[in-house]
Amino acid sequence: MFDIKALYEAQSISDAVRLLEEHPKARILAGGSDVLIKIREGRMAGCELVSIYGLDELRGVSLDDTDALRVGPLTSFSALENDPLIRQYICVLGQAAGTVGGPQVRNIGTVGGNVCNGVPSADTASTLLAWDAQLELTGPGGMRRSTVEEFYLGPGRTDVRPGELLTCIVFPRESYENYFGWYIKYSMRNAMDIATLGCSVNVKLSADGKHLEDVRAAYGVAAPTPIRAKKAEEAFRGAEITPELPKLFAEAIQADICPRTSWRAPEDFRRHIAGELTMRALQECIRLAGERSTK
Amino acid sequence: MMQTKTIRFRLNGVEREETVDVRASLTDMLRNDYSLTSVKKGCEVGECGACAVLIDGQCFNSCIYLAIWADGKDILTVEGLKGENGALHPIQQAFVDEAAIQCGFCTPGIIMTALELLNRGKKYTMEELRREISGHLCRCTGYENILRALERALNGAPSSHDANRD
Repeated sequence: MFDIKALYEAQSISDAVRLLEEHPKARILAGGSDVLIKIREGRMAGCELVSIYGLDELRGVSLDDTDALRVGPLTSFSALENDPLIRQYICVLGQAAGTVGGPQVRNIGTVGGNVCNGVPSADTASTLLAWDAQLELTGPGGMRRSTVEEFYLGPGRTDVRPGELLTCIVFPRESYENYFGWYIKYSMRNAMDIATLGCSVNVKLSADGKHLEDVRAAYGVAAPTPIRAKKAEEAFRGAEITPELPKLFAEAIQADICPRTSWRAPEDFRRHIAGELTMRALQECIRLAGERSTK
Repeated sequence: MMQTKTIRFRLNGVEREETVDVRASLTDMLRNDYSLTSVKKGCEVGECGACAVLIDGQCFNSCIYLAIWADGKDILTVEGLKGENGALHPIQQAFVDEAAIQCGFCTPGIIMTALELLNRGKKYTMEELRREISGHLCRCTGYENILRALERALNGAPSSHDANRD
């Protein structure tokens, strides 16, 4: 038995908001692959929970009439990995989801939970950040939008306000169209492990395919929250594609990240792999973008 | 006061209705209420895969799945694989043929993952198989024979790379 004081099952989004308002101490339970484990380990003993797992309206991926890609926060990692729209438009998000845990964990764990629990190592969070995803949160006052950047307040802390839940992850058309991305997770094991560092890069090439019209890079575990390499991105926007470019960009991101030493890895090692992964990911993005444009 | 919920579900092909404690995991319910002891209690934190069952055809760790979430679902455990006259399922037979069992604790979970793979109806490379069973721990470290059994069950025969094992 889990040490749960009370569990309320939401029947709809508005019902979830009502339950969260009625029970202000209650935590949201989505897939449970973080929350139930914390309860099992005694770190949330006697908690109250609002289960939203049954809300199928929060599952699945769709395109709206403005061609924005809408991802339901309860979409499991495995559903994300296999979703045809994700494969077509933001393949790297499925790739990142495929590096989480193992197959059974990917069947239960949700992309919304991955973001809302606020851990810096969340495999999908760096990709959401790197693709300028917007988060829709629904609460007592209705729906509001937040950027992923604003949403992360600190390690383990996200801007989910009282009575609120994440109800959609939105990629506006301009944030994904003609972008090509790659994610690399560095961890000690190939499965069932947490990232020592995660690196998600994407590029949009100029019409002639010879310049970076845009480049975006985001990292997990390179700072207290997932972080974008804003200065490096700005410096390399418009840069000519040369064999040296990935290496130069990888050097530039060092000024944007601030990794720390933890039991998993020391700071200088994290800096080293951040550079190496950036270089490899950028090379792959340029290759993918070039391949697509020559078709 | 104990909080309960009445749920209806299909378990190994049989329709069931039960009132469960909301605090129960699916592992608790399957073992305690139905004596389905193929569902092992291993790590209980979703790491080892010994409690894996199929829910609507997908493999889940039942230790981190609330019993109440089983409402309306179709659940399958190794007990549900038994054929007529107690015959073994081809996946189980492959495990026997390849001696893919040492202590046997991880076996039911891996068999459920294998069944999910089999139902996809495709062939797998060794690399894919390794990734697909990465959510299962075999503490006897009998992975080589387990992979051979999976190849036999899913691809028809173990691949040639271990032809020299005799």
